[in-house]
Amino acid sequence: MNAKELFPLAENAPDRVKTPTGKSLSDLTVDGILAGDITQEDLAITPEALHLQAEIANSVGRHALAENFHRAAELVRVPQEVLMETYDMLRPGRSDLRSLLERAELFRREYNADRIAAFVEEAAVLYERRKIFTKRY
Amino acid sequence: MNNGSNTNRWRRFSEWDERMLRHDLFAAEDPESGFSVFKSPHDPEPGAKVSDGRIVSLDGTPEEEFDIIDEFIARHHLDPEVVEEAMALDDGAVARMLVDINVPRPELERLARGMTPAKLAGVVGHLSSIEIAFAFYKMRQRKTPGNQAHVTNAKDDPLQLAADAATASELGFDEIETTTRVASNSWANAIGCTVGAAVGRGEVLVQCSIEEAEELQVGMAGFATYAETISVYGTEKAFVDGDDTPWSKAFLTACYASRGIKARCTSGAGAELLMGFHDKKSVLYLEARCLCLQRAMGIQGTQNGGVDGAALTASMAGGVRELMAENLIAVWLGLECATGNDQRSSESEIRVGAKITPFLLTGSDLITSGFGSIKKYDNSFNAALFNGEEIEDWLALQRDYEVDGGLTPLDEDKVLGRRIRAVEAMAAVLEELDLAKPTTAQVQSVIFASGSDETESFSAGEVTPISRAIKDRKLTAADVVRALAKRGFREEAENLLFMLKQRVTGDYLQTSAIFRDRKIISALNDPNDYSGPASAYKMSSERWSKVQDVRGVLTKSRVLATEAADRQNYPQFLAEIGSAVTGTDPNEVVIGVSPAFGVEIFRTTAGHLLSDVVDALVDGVEQGGGTARLIRVRHSADTSFIGLSAARMAGSGIGIGIQAKGTAVMHGSDRMPHYNIELFSNAPLATIDHYRTLGYNAARRTFGEEKEPVVIPFTGEAMAARFHARVAILFAIETELTDESAEPVQLSRIQKGN
Repeated sequence: MNAKELFPLAENAPDRVKTPTGKSLSDLTVDGILAGDITQEDLAITPEALHLQAEIANSVGRHALAENFHRAAELVRVPQEVLMETYDMLRPGRSDLRSLLERAELFRREYNADRIAAFVEEAAVLYERRKIFTKRY
Repeated sequence: MNNGSNTNRWRRFSEWDERMLRHDLFAAEDPESGFSVFKSPHDPEPGAKVSDGRIVSLDGTPEEEFDIIDEFIARHHLDPEVVEEAMALDDGAVARMLVDINVPRPELERLARGMTPAKLAGVVGHLSSIEIAFAFYKMRQRKTPGNQAHVTNAKDDPLQLAADAATASELGFDEIETTTRVASNSWANAIGCTVGAAVGRGEVLVQCSIEEAEELQVGMAGFATYAETISVYGTEKAFVDGDDTPWSKAFLTACYASRGIKARCTSGAGAELLMGFHDKKSVLYLEARCLCLQRAMGIQGTQNGGVDGAALTASMAGGVRELMAENLIAVWLGLECATGNDQRSSESEIRVGAKITPFLLTGSDLITSGFGSIKKYDNSFNAALFNGEEIEDWLALQRDYEVDGGLTPLDEDKVLGRRIRAVEAMAAVLEELDLAKPTTAQVQSVIFASGSDETESFSAGEVTPISRAIKDRKLTAADVVRALAKRGFREEAENLLFMLKQRVTGDYLQTSAIFRDRKIISALNDPNDYSGPASAYKMSSERWSKVQDVRGVLTKSRVLATEAADRQNYPQFLAEIGSAVTGTDPNEVVIGVSPAFGVEIFRTTAGHLLSDVVDALVDGVEQGGGTARLIRVRHSADTSFIGLSAARMAGSGIGIGIQAKGTAVMHGSDRMPHYNIELFSNAPLATIDHYRTLGYNAARRTFGEEKEPVVIPFTGEAMAARFHARVAILFAIETELTDESAEPVQLSRIQKGN
């Protein structure tokens, strides 16, 4: 089956999607929430769903979008604080070459996030050349 | 020479000075200061060099000199396998492909992946405004057009946000964007819109536009389903001054997707100019850089078309054409496009209407990236191009052009019901989550309020502790679902859960996704595949009949019902007393009335009772020393023929003809039918005194006097727009009663009170 045919997953392939807690889409009900069986943690995307969406995007020639979904898949299990800290480090004048390269290594090591790591390294090298690390406040 | 004022000036200029248009600024072309639209002498020539599958030069800059934007575009946008082919094409030839219905959109998107910013800008520069619009029609991503609303208010009042979000949903908006007056109210604002959006259709995407880190947290908690504040800029200095880089923004883009939240970028002409870092480049070239960057980041879409720089760009010659051109580049790159049209870019209502028209005709993923669904003063983003005040103008434009601008006329009772439900749901959620105890007075005041000036609800300061509590207690949308369900708002709970489930599948992360009838529609399953007539989006007949049904549509039966009510209220005032004969009194004026006069129709278009009009005409004749005689002409409903027939039966040869709608004529028996003596063509403006004077003038004429004709003052009203549809229906009633062989009959006035 062409990946394009899977879209939308909710209609064409609901069984291929699970919540991070392993529940099916059909388990997500108001009664489940009232009973306390479903919480906000269940209402989240998984790396698998993002990779599937990446496949779908690739099947219609949207490769840059697919690449973003792959990067996102690597970030699903990264805690919010680490995300926000990394976002901040990537902003101008917040970091330096060494810290950013270390951050890339952290992503590779702790979260198996090779794409993100390469992406951060790419930024680090360029920031050094373009003096983006210069402190601004 | 005295011209009546103290200036040596044609006074029309002074009048023009008073028009709203004169508040608009018009700026001169000045590339050195950043004021150039399509092409600056400082724009680079298009070019790209590939070596070993790597981009080593971009628009004249070698890779060792790439700035952060060049680098990102070179590494993540340009496809080395397409670059040589695409860059070798002649700009004019590519421009023709854009408007050629035989060149499919995917082929042009493939070529765009090999084109540099300067190349893309150069190509669209070959297109005229209408060609840009047509190319946009062909290249835009989703087939079905959509629209986005701003929902904010000056008090950050969550009850009003809920009511207005439900109203926006009922109007048909696909997305709702909110923001705050006071930054610390963001959580409460997001919850207000989320609850309101759950009422009714319950499938509207919600955004809370605030500081990046906070916005992501609000989204993670489930109080936002999309974001569009990922701003990018076309020069390195502007980007850095905006406190970001392409990498930080691309990282943020991936963060949103990792939390299952739809996102789009924001850019637009004039942003760099406003920030003071334009590098003397044209605004289109800089925007082309922004857009290549966005595709490179892997974002699904953009909000562009000036946006915050729309008015600045529109101040330049050709600026509005440029705004359309940058939207075209966005969709050409395969991005969902929320086509700006959010900022009030002019004080002139004519320029506002003209600006939106091409987008209404072409359709767009989101025609505006913020239609002010609330009143102007309640818009925390500042006034939008279209606002709550002007929603019905938009509805009329949809109806005029038979286009789908995404909105549906409101049913008064239904929308009031939605507002009640939304405010009550919001009040219940605030109570259930122990955030506040809204009073009945607060609730009541919001339901009927057009804007926050009329409410007795929460103030911005009172909202802050509510917002803080939502954040500090880590409340989530799941808590809101529970609160709604517990308090009997089961349908709304189901609706909210439906939206929350989207983040599990991530379907709406694909390009141009919105929801209609509980189904996702996007560029993937509803692609724009325009290939000429009959291939474009077309409204279903059901949708078209809804779009047509604006308030107060006239039908023959409705017009007749009004007249029938008058017939009940006003008894007959004219009695037929046999055949009319020709008179002999040299001072007799015959007043001829039309077939339906006082039979089917009882008021003029000015609203005067026909009995009062007849009394005034007769009084006038008598005051002028004449005698009045009334007849009904039955062979014609035309004023001229009625007047001429009356004149020929008058002993004086002077007659007055009058139709039921109030149009009156003074005629002479020796004249050609359409060569009358006096005519009231603007009947809706005629007063009772005008009719009296007409009678008087007619009587004096029988004595050989020519009085000053009655001139009905006209101050420029669009008479045809105000009256013609109604007049055409009324006149049909007159013509239906005519009988070409019928002779005039004599009439007498039935005395009032008898």
